[in-house]
Amino acid sequence: MTTQRHLARQPGWQSIDSGQLLLVILAGVLLVAAVAQTAAAGLVQPRDALAFGALIALGELLRLSLPGDREAAPIGSAGALGYALAVRVGTLPALQPALQVVAVTAVGMIVGALPHLAAGRPAGVGGMASRLLAVAFVAMAFRPLAHLALIDRHMWLRLAVMAVLIVAGWLAECVIKGLIRADALRARFVVSLADELRIQVPLGAAVGASAMLIALATEAMGLVALALLIAPLLVTQTAFRRYAGIRSTYLQTVRALARVTEVGGYVEDGHSYRVGQLAVAVGRELGMSEPDLLELEYAALMHDIGQLSLADPIPGGATVLASPEDQERIAGLGASVIEQAGVLGGVAEIVRRQSQPWRGSDGEPPIGSRIIRAANAFDDLVGGSPDRDRSAAALERLRLDTAAEYDPGVVEALTKVTGRWYPGRL
Amino acid sequence: MSRLTRAAWLYMAVVVTAAVLLLAHVLVQAMAGGQDYLLSRALLVLAVLFMICDSSPTTLTSRQSAWSPSSAATLAAVVLLGPGGAALVGATSLISLRRGGLRERAFNGAMYALSAYASGEAYLALGGHIGVPRPGLFPGIILPFAAAAAVHVAVNHGLLWSMLLLLPPSGASLQRGRLDLHLSLLLVSDLGYATLGLLIAALWHLVGPFAAVLVLIPLFVARWAMGQFAAQEGAYSATMAALCQAVETKDFYTRGHSERVSRGATLLARQIGMGAERVEAIRYAGMLHDVGKLGVPTKVLQKTGPLTEEELAAIQLHPMRGLEIVRQIGFLTEALDGIMHHHERMDGKGYPMGLAGDEIPEFARVIAVADAFDSMTSTRSYRGARSVGEAVAELRKCSGMQFDPVLVDAFIAALAQGRWDSQAAGQPPPAALPGDFPAQVAAQDHDDPTAPLRVVESR
Repeated sequence: MTTQRHLARQPGWQSIDSGQLLLVILAGVLLVAAVAQTAAAGLVQPRDALAFGALIALGELLRLSLPGDREAAPIGSAGALGYALAVRVGTLPALQPALQVVAVTAVGMIVGALPHLAAGRPAGVGGMASRLLAVAFVAMAFRPLAHLALIDRHMWLRLAVMAVLIVAGWLAECVIKGLIRADALRARFVVSLADELRIQVPLGAAVGASAMLIALATEAMGLVALALLIAPLLVTQTAFRRYAGIRSTYLQTVRALARVTEVGGYVEDGHSYRVGQLAVAVGRELGMSEPDLLELEYAALMHDIGQLSLADPIPGGATVLASPEDQERIAGLGASVIEQAGVLGGVAEIVRRQSQPWRGSDGEPPIGSRIIRAANAFDDLVGGSPDRDRSAAALERLRLDTAAEYDPGVVEALTKVTGRWYPGRL
Repeated sequence: MSRLTRAAWLYMAVVVTAAVLLLAHVLVQAMAGGQDYLLSRALLVLAVLFMICDSSPTTLTSRQSAWSPSSAATLAAVVLLGPGGAALVGATSLISLRRGGLRERAFNGAMYALSAYASGEAYLALGGHIGVPRPGLFPGIILPFAAAAAVHVAVNHGLLWSMLLLLPPSGASLQRGRLDLHLSLLLVSDLGYATLGLLIAALWHLVGPFAAVLVLIPLFVARWAMGQFAAQEGAYSATMAALCQAVETKDFYTRGHSERVSRGATLLARQIGMGAERVEAIRYAGMLHDVGKLGVPTKVLQKTGPLTEEELAAIQLHPMRGLEIVRQIGFLTEALDGIMHHHERMDGKGYPMGLAGDEIPEFARVIAVADAFDSMTSTRSYRGARSVGEAVAELRKCSGMQFDPVLVDAFIAALAQGRWDSQAAGQPPPAALPGDFPAQVAAQDHDDPTAPLRVVESR
């Protein structure tokens, strides 16, 4: 399919690239050191280690996909952090050293990941590595303090130290994930960090509070607390799973239904999909945040939906060749279709103003509209063709129009993005 | 709960009176027995916790009381304070900050007080210890606590569901549908929250009321996620409806067709007792069943004379094109089958595959009935809308040949029970939207069993 061919070179999140490789190596070194040290020194309190390891493995088995190709293992993370923060199990002091916590966590994660591998799903090594590093950080900071008289006797001080460490570990994990994402998707680090923080706040709060609950409850009830806590953790996890599930179905549906314009012969095959991909890449290049990018993608996918109201398709379907009045009418009709849904107000606005020139009489259109205008024109001129001369000619034409029609910043970003997709172009 | 039947009123009065008597008994006993829990910090904290849980709105179901995490507070009260204290905590539902009339509050308060007291008695009966549990009590305390949780869930849901059954039929059936869909989740989360009750009680000697805060955080995150889920689900179905309508703009006379077929198919699916998830899937399948019609050239749809073989083939291809569009949506395969085969006939003369009888997927057979019914009861350019009676007669006539007789009977039964909103069907075409292009008018309807497509006789 021509649709995917020239997009295939875009680095995918699942492929291992330099930043992720570094992270995995770091976690691997830590894992080997922790396991070697624990094996040499012998496992302290093996019953506790086994129980926590089992909880971590279960959590890894029940991994969760979050919006934007993210993965989390909230139950596993909460269990591992709880193990790192436990001061007593029942009435006995919990004596596991930090490296044992790391070793138990790592082994639990690997055991829990095996069924995923067996089922042919990606192992998610990068996600596991960043989770392990966060746990290691908390364990190394807290284990030496765990039996200080100060911490042991003053519950409030202990709670405060726990909370601070959990937040610090969470921040570190977000920074690592933000760095990797910025590297993989060629986004700006500040933007991807902000995206990461926004998305991880609710789940991070739940995991942090659950970790403290686990640490305290094992003290109050003994190991049976772990079994009891699985039920409420599962409730939280199920709620997240449903939320992530409907979000991805939503996107899939809009992607699929946007194709009705192609089936109806209004536009070329793959046009909506390509404009969607192009617009998102340009938006990312320009530093747009994830919620804005999602809105942009919806708008880009549906930007031609107004053509459905045309009696007969425009020849070739290319709106760039239609008269300005027709372009405006199509945009307006498309926007009113989207407005009928009553939920995508921002998207409707982007679609409505996509037909307006950058320096028009109505003021500057929103950034989303400007991006779609340029991306649509580019795809109308180039189509799915992988020919880089054609792409260069199209960009040249857009550049000549930057005085009035196209936003020069957008055209420049478009040039950069398409330059990556057609390597070797000058 | 705007209008109540007499039975519902009576039922409510019985429940509320029982709860009032119970609370009076609890208060008298507490004062006479010199129990000091009435002034304890635990009662105050748990009552506040209960109110916080009960006050925050959720949009998961139409009745939030059906999915309230507040059982964590009442069950903690069972362990820390005993049945009487738990009943008092549950009764605070009466003054929760949630919107709702006095009637609803009174019923909820009574329901929670009764279920909390019953679970407390179950806890005591199995030898549960009342007061702050020490580590030595675990794991022995778990069995009586599990019994208390089970009793709480059973009494709570029992009282609520009996009320729903007594409500006026339309509202109740709607709510029951929604409840069905989430029933497994409801039960799991109820038991999950019950466990949190035990945790609060167990952590009380370590951190006191702070246990409640720690428990509240994940709980509210879960509620947030559920709220997001519900909002996204609503947005999803609104977007889908709008896009389907956009597909229909080509032809005035079929506007609203997808929406009505979707409702008809849902009605029929419920009538034959399909599970909630399948009903949801068929709702979307009904909405999307004609999406492939967009691949049929406008001039073929508008043609007044008989069709050539090629034009007929173009029309008959539309289920396949529809499938092609929706295949990449993460749907149940059943919904895809329904879209692809909705023009098959029981006698095997349909398209695109010519399947017969039971070979036709159930979803497709359901959609076929709803599709033809809506086509007949709507106005067409070549005829006015037929009455429901005429359409039913036509369905009967074609039953067995074109339609599945079991489904036709079920559909007619559902119509007879007055479940079809005839207001929506058979209306004249809606006025044009401002700025709209001139309406296109199809001269033939491929869905209409009374006016089959005319084809040029081949030599």
